[in-house]
Amino acid sequence: MRSAPKVTRDASGRKVRLLVGKVGLDGHDRGVKIVARALRDAGFEVIYTGLHQTPEMVVSTAIQEDVDAVSLSILSGAHMTLLPRVMDLLKEKGAGDIAVFAGGIIPDEDIPELKKAGVLEVFTPGASTRSIIDFVHHRIHPRRG
Amino acid sequence: MAKTTRTLDGQTGTRAAGEGGRQGWEERTLRPALEKSPERDVRFTTVSDFPIQRLGTPEDIAALNLDSDLAAPGEFPYTRGIHPTMYRGRLWTMRQFSGFGTAKLTNERYRYLLSQGQTGLSVAFDLPTLMGRDSDDPMALGEVGREGVAIDSLADMETLFSGIPLDRISTSMTINSPAAILFAMYVAVGEKQGVASEILEGTIQNDILKEYIAQKEWIYPPRPSLRIITDIMAYCAERVPRWNTISISGYHIREAGSTAIQELAFTLADGIGYVQAGIEAGMDVDAFAPRLSFFFNSHNDFFEEVCKLRAARRIWARVMRDRFHAKDERSWKLRTHVQTAGCSLTAQQPYTNIVRVTVQALAAVLGGTQSLHTNSMDETLALPTEEAVTIALRTQQILAEESGVAGTVDPLGGSYFVEDLTRRMEEGALDLIHRIDAMGGIVAAIEAGFPQREIAEAAYLYQMQIDSGEKTVVGVNKHTIPPEDDHKIPILKIDQAIEADQLTRLRALRQSRDAAAVARALEALRSSAAGSDNLMPRILDAVKAYATVGEICACMKTVFGEYRETPVL
Repeated sequence: MRSAPKVTRDASGRKVRLLVGKVGLDGHDRGVKIVARALRDAGFEVIYTGLHQTPEMVVSTAIQEDVDAVSLSILSGAHMTLLPRVMDLLKEKGAGDIAVFAGGIIPDEDIPELKKAGVLEVFTPGASTRSIIDFVHHRIHPRRG
Repeated sequence: MAKTTRTLDGQTGTRAAGEGGRQGWEERTLRPALEKSPERDVRFTTVSDFPIQRLGTPEDIAALNLDSDLAAPGEFPYTRGIHPTMYRGRLWTMRQFSGFGTAKLTNERYRYLLSQGQTGLSVAFDLPTLMGRDSDDPMALGEVGREGVAIDSLADMETLFSGIPLDRISTSMTINSPAAILFAMYVAVGEKQGVASEILEGTIQNDILKEYIAQKEWIYPPRPSLRIITDIMAYCAERVPRWNTISISGYHIREAGSTAIQELAFTLADGIGYVQAGIEAGMDVDAFAPRLSFFFNSHNDFFEEVCKLRAARRIWARVMRDRFHAKDERSWKLRTHVQTAGCSLTAQQPYTNIVRVTVQALAAVLGGTQSLHTNSMDETLALPTEEAVTIALRTQQILAEESGVAGTVDPLGGSYFVEDLTRRMEEGALDLIHRIDAMGGIVAAIEAGFPQREIAEAAYLYQMQIDSGEKTVVGVNKHTIPPEDDHKIPILKIDQAIEADQLTRLRALRQSRDAAAVARALEALRSSAAGSDNLMPRILDAVKAYATVGEICACMKTVFGEYRETPVL
């Protein structure tokens, strides 16, 4: 189940750094903690924000920690407000090249709009940790080599 | 069938497994059978990864004392149920949890439900309310009215219960950290309707310990939170005697990924924590313990769930009588609500959820629950539609009125397997409870991150077992269909305009109320919080001056501080 980490670094040896977090008041952290741990076990550098982050806090941590991607979990139904806000703030701060992907209770019909706003991928209930790890391997790369 | 002479013990005449008991059967019949065709698996476990036996036999219950361990229904330690007639006397209460959008919208839904013969309401609040934040708090952005009803002040509560006579219904409110405030609002609405607090009936969840452990909707640190709870218990004992002051909840612990035994142990340990806090606050145990109730989860593994509820009653009865020396029988009886497991539902092939809920609900009934909420098939996707809620309610009605299971008290009692699994789960839970006692009790254990770590570990293990296919989830890792062929079911949409609407009302309230009265009430509350007076009368005054939930919580935060979690991965 835990395959040897292969493509977690780029040519210069820099590991992919990920910020994994919860945004909003939603306290459902079972999934996000499993994802954070699975990504760490797969060899990525993972920073977990903890609960109750505002979009501003997430963006500021992402920039400070110089991450390659931000992975956000939302199960409260506030995704259509909070995710576009994170995207806007990243652009405003000149960090629009930080990739964002999300997971949680997100109805299929909301996904196209989120992707249009720049969210790279959305994982819905039932997604395996393997599918998330594979996604990061293939789609997330260190921003500066 | 067993031919039993006098006792159920293997040595004296039982022949359930033939001559020589289980061992004889294993050598004579089982081994050759296994040599010819092995079993499907080398290891059989529950959904919680708890090993289960191939066969229950009389040897398994040889040590079970039929009088002191099992006893009759309605008799200590209530393993077989807290009532002598159980569902022959009265069916369990079918109480479906609901609330969304504004107080006005939810009030319309409640009035409809009451007109259909429902006698109890169960209020779901939105996240900002649950977290003690007003709708205009920056943290409330996008959350107002989304997962439940938005309540900012007494004005919203008046709307929520408008036209609903509080002397004729019972109301359950799922609210924890700000429970004292929402409860005070309910009492105030009652007063305005001319209903004395002495006759109000209902429940507040008010279980803060499981928030730190699992659900994560907290405001203050554990110790001041417990002070608020003991103030509520003391106030109710005197002024609102028919109110259930805490619904000690394992539901969220299980949803956060615990095993069944962890759910059992941490929930009862929380209960022990509340009783201890009440006694330390100077109350007589029998003055408040009869108003404590419980709330458990019912997951997919049928027998594990049945046995969990049976073990819970037995442990609690003994804890209350022997450890806390309660004299009143009502203090010994574990009354519980059960909700089927939200986390067990699948977004894939959503109609299969109806079947899962049926099995889980049946386990809750055969486990002897007092009330039940059945989840709707669409709840992995959104709040339920009316059609989905109706199917969920019909599921309970079919169990109650068609299946025949309500006609006999504890029909599984005496099953070798069920009695043995009940005992093994009891032992597993007691072992964890003793470890928590050794840490200095549940608050110290929470502060050390013990239950949080145990649950995170169990949740991760379970996910790995699903990802590897070791545990099956139909439609997710087995018997799957391509997403494009899957059923699309209708989803309830919450109008984004609700948030703006609520903000307008809140702004108007802040302008129209007597600001000086609000400031005076909050100052009085702050000074009570800094001292040791019961907080309830001060909170009631603040609520009646139309101070908001957010303002009252902010005021108490200045004294109690705010909780910060050290996350455990």
